[in-house]
Amino acid sequence: MTHASLLRRITDYSSRADPYPLYEELRRTPVLHEEDGGPYAVSSYWDILSLLHDPRISSDAGNLAAAGSDELGEAEETGLPPSFIRLDPPEHDRLRRIANRPFGPPHSPHRIDAMRDDLTEIVSGLIDGFGDAKRIDLVDRFAYPFPVTVICRLLGVPREDQPRFRAWVDPIVAGLDPDPGGHDEERLRAAQEARVQLGMYLAGLVEQRRKEPREDMLSRLATDRGPDGLMTTMEVLTTAVLLLIAGHETTVNLITNGMLTLLRHPEFLRALREDPGLSVGIVEELLRYEPPVQFIPRRTCIADIELRGVTIPKGSRIWLVLAAGNRDPERFTDPDRFDPYRRDIQHLGFGSGIHICFGAPLARLETQIALAELAGRLDNPRLVDDPPPYRQNAVLRGPRHLSVAFDSVRP
Amino acid sequence: MTVEGFFERLRTEGRIVIVGASLAGLTAAETLRAEGFTGSLTMIGDEPYEPYDRPPLSKAVLLGKASPHRTDLPRRRELDADWRLGVAAAGLDLGARRVRLADGDEVEYDRLLIATGVRARPWPNETEAQLDGVFVLRTRDDAVALHRRLGAAPRRVFVIGAGFTGSEIASACRYQDLAVTVAERANAPLVGALGGVVGAVAAELQRENGVDLRTGVTVTALEGDTSGRVRAAHLSDGGVVETDVVVVSLGATRNTEWLTGSGLGAGPRGVACDAGCRAFDFRGIVTDDVFVAGDVARSPHPLFNYQFLSLEHWGNAVSQAEVAAHNMISPSADRRPHIWVPAFWSSQFGVNIKSVGVPTMGDQIMITQGSLAERRFVGAYGYQGRVIAAVSFDNTRWLQFYQQLIETAAPFPLEYSTVDRRPEGRRPIPADFPDPSLPTHGPTVTLSGYSPVDRRLVFTPARH
Ligand SMILES: Cc1cc2nc3c(=O)[nH]c(=O)nc-3n(C[C@H](O)[C@H](O)[C@H](O)COP(=O)(O)OP(=O)(O)OC[C@H]3O[C@@H](n4cnc5c(N)ncnc54)[C@H](O)[C@@H]3O)c2cc1C
Repeated sequence: MTHASLLRRITDYSSRADPYPLYEELRRTPVLHEEDGGPYAVSSYWDILSLLHDPRISSDAGNLAAAGSDELGEAEETGLPPSFIRLDPPEHDRLRRIANRPFGPPHSPHRIDAMRDDLTEIVSGLIDGFGDAKRIDLVDRFAYPFPVTVICRLLGVPREDQPRFRAWVDPIVAGLDPDPGGHDEERLRAAQEARVQLGMYLAGLVEQRRKEPREDMLSRLATDRGPDGLMTTMEVLTTAVLLLIAGHETTVNLITNGMLTLLRHPEFLRALREDPGLSVGIVEELLRYEPPVQFIPRRTCIADIELRGVTIPKGSRIWLVLAAGNRDPERFTDPDRFDPYRRDIQHLGFGSGIHICFGAPLARLETQIALAELAGRLDNPRLVDDPPPYRQNAVLRGPRHLSVAFDSVRP
Repeated sequence: MTVEGFFERLRTEGRIVIVGASLAGLTAAETLRAEGFTGSLTMIGDEPYEPYDRPPLSKAVLLGKASPHRTDLPRRRELDADWRLGVAAAGLDLGARRVRLADGDEVEYDRLLIATGVRARPWPNETEAQLDGVFVLRTRDDAVALHRRLGAAPRRVFVIGAGFTGSEIASACRYQDLAVTVAERANAPLVGALGGVVGAVAAELQRENGVDLRTGVTVTALEGDTSGRVRAAHLSDGGVVETDVVVVSLGATRNTEWLTGSGLGAGPRGVACDAGCRAFDFRGIVTDDVFVAGDVARSPHPLFNYQFLSLEHWGNAVSQAEVAAHNMISPSADRRPHIWVPAFWSSQFGVNIKSVGVPTMGDQIMITQGSLAERRFVGAYGYQGRVIAAVSFDNTRWLQFYQQLIETAAPFPLEYSTVDRRPEGRRPIPADFPDPSLPTHGPTVTLSGYSPVDRRLVFTPARH
């Protein structure tokens, strides 16, 4: 593998546990283009930030198709029309604006914060569920189930339907992460099947909420007639699925990376136990230090762009390597140190610009509560495997399993 | 004493006085402490309040979403300062390094920061300005009084001047379903700051939101009833508008009177300073111990042909104060220039407006994204073949890119296409700023000097 291109080494599974030395190498060529027709990888903080705000960079899947596909697979193959994450203005703006009305400020400034008690209850329930175990897989027992339950409450999926809902979500999420060794067909079929079922279920729910709206987000999306008009049923579905998938991928990894990092830095785990308020700083620093989204691979430039003396020709694909920018020594002092007390921390963990993570406030709160509760309730927690086995995915990077041993669970 | 020795002593036992205890003053004080200044710090402010934030006064406060008493600026650290609040600085003795206070007291300094900002320009006819029901909006007290009166269900509010503040007030009134008339001398709102093309959009926005907008008129008189309450406004077109609340939003006057006779280069356009925030004296010589920051400052900017600019911008006050504070306690080799790219935001009628650069310098505008018709767009301003500014309506997140274009003097008109292409626009058209010699409510950026690249001196009429 020594002669493989740098980008191939980054996407190669063997680099998953620690890609950071490769990112350092990447930053030495700020605009890296290794193969004809291959992507231009951008890795330094200021360059990434500027491209995220550059109106010549398109997120539209149509432009991407024209630029040729990449090796990373299409994660969001839902059979639905593209969600706003895959659209450019003006359609992006319209859909995102409507989706935002029931979700965040200015129209719903307290929506997320009002979920605080709910989230704590869900987290405690999951931890109670560890029972007498002295060792658990944090991913399967905690980090995966948590976001589904949250998204159900947010959207307004009735409690009695939640097990069915989870039964569809699990294969979908599993299908997002193809296995390098093959055996994928079966899984992809299961995922596709689950998608269809989930879509039908949600469509039914949307119809019901149209007739009898409640306080939940699905009702608001289905009925809220703002200045941009009403979403179509298909648009509501796309948005709901986006919240589900995007909210999943990231939160799972953020929580798992978070616990892993804390177990590797037990002094901060202790500090968090003493002061749950530290979770705010911890989560921000995690988003810089171990961001769940390592890079944004699906952008195309629709005009020639000059960057650091390199002309990126119109039509090229661009990878914005957020995780490399987050450790750019030109931007952060001592970038490889995990420091939850860091003050200057404008990380790229949620991206920036018009596509800045829609669910950021929710992801933050979920992870803050999850880590604080875990730190408070697990007695003498220890890491069993270091490094843990990672997921295949290079873009949405995180451990597939995280075995944690402890003496007991405090009540 | 060596230079290092001098600065060492200044940092540990020097006396620093800050006049103007608001955004710029507080920011500078916090920065001084953060950078290790342990000497004595005196904060002089003529308002009786601890530093508070002004932008919410014309937004959240008037909407009833925030109490005017709750806009205190957050404190990032313990300041350990001697607060002299509720007393104005009344004079400055540059030679003796002393600030004279209105109560007769005097305070000595080794370093002085002037951060006295601006005040609302009052209605010029004093008797009319005294009528009950006539307001301005600059301070917390102003906001409390106006808020209370708006809460008393007036039949109609009359706003004089459709700059940012006037437009925000009109927006707040409409939000509360109050009838409101806005009178503006120019042909559209926001024209002084953003030009006629964007002003036309703002006009539409106001009218659609039910504002009775009168443009191209001036207010000739305010009329009171026998008990001294305002009851009508008279317009130059012969119109009379019955009203019980008048808000005068005619821009601002710089608080420099207290410096009269001090020998500083201070006047109605502000206190002139170099890029390092050091004040000039009246002979054009830079001082070593007097610094300026915030709305009251006027400083040359390399990106804008070294024009002297006065910026009434929140972000500018913060960043200029940080630079001033740093430079006050640093030897010359460690000083930093303040070369902040001007940036201003406003929110009105549910629209988020933001500008970067100096739109008033632009002679052309080009809609590069979105569309004027939808009132969601980005417009870039050009000046002599380069990008000088940009404005966005509900499109804030793109502006960073345009800031970069301004910083690199990118060519204008812009030639690339963007992901948000619309049929209209993509062609530069005149930005349509009014003749600067005509007084308006005043933009939030004032070009207030000559640039060294201008070989000839041109008479620039005063706006005051
Ligand atoms: C209603 C309103 C809305 C605004 N909205 C926005 C916005 O949306 N976006 C934006 O970018 N900016 C906005 N601004 C502008 C922003 O608030 C100013 O740029 C900022 O306050 C400047 O800070 P400063 O400290 O320089 O001056 P100021 O805030 O004016 O403070 C100066 C202080 O010095 C005091 N002072 C004056 N003379 C003396 C003296 N002789 N002795 C002692 N003290 C004295 C004054 O009373 C005042 O307290 C708004 C301003 C107002 C009034």
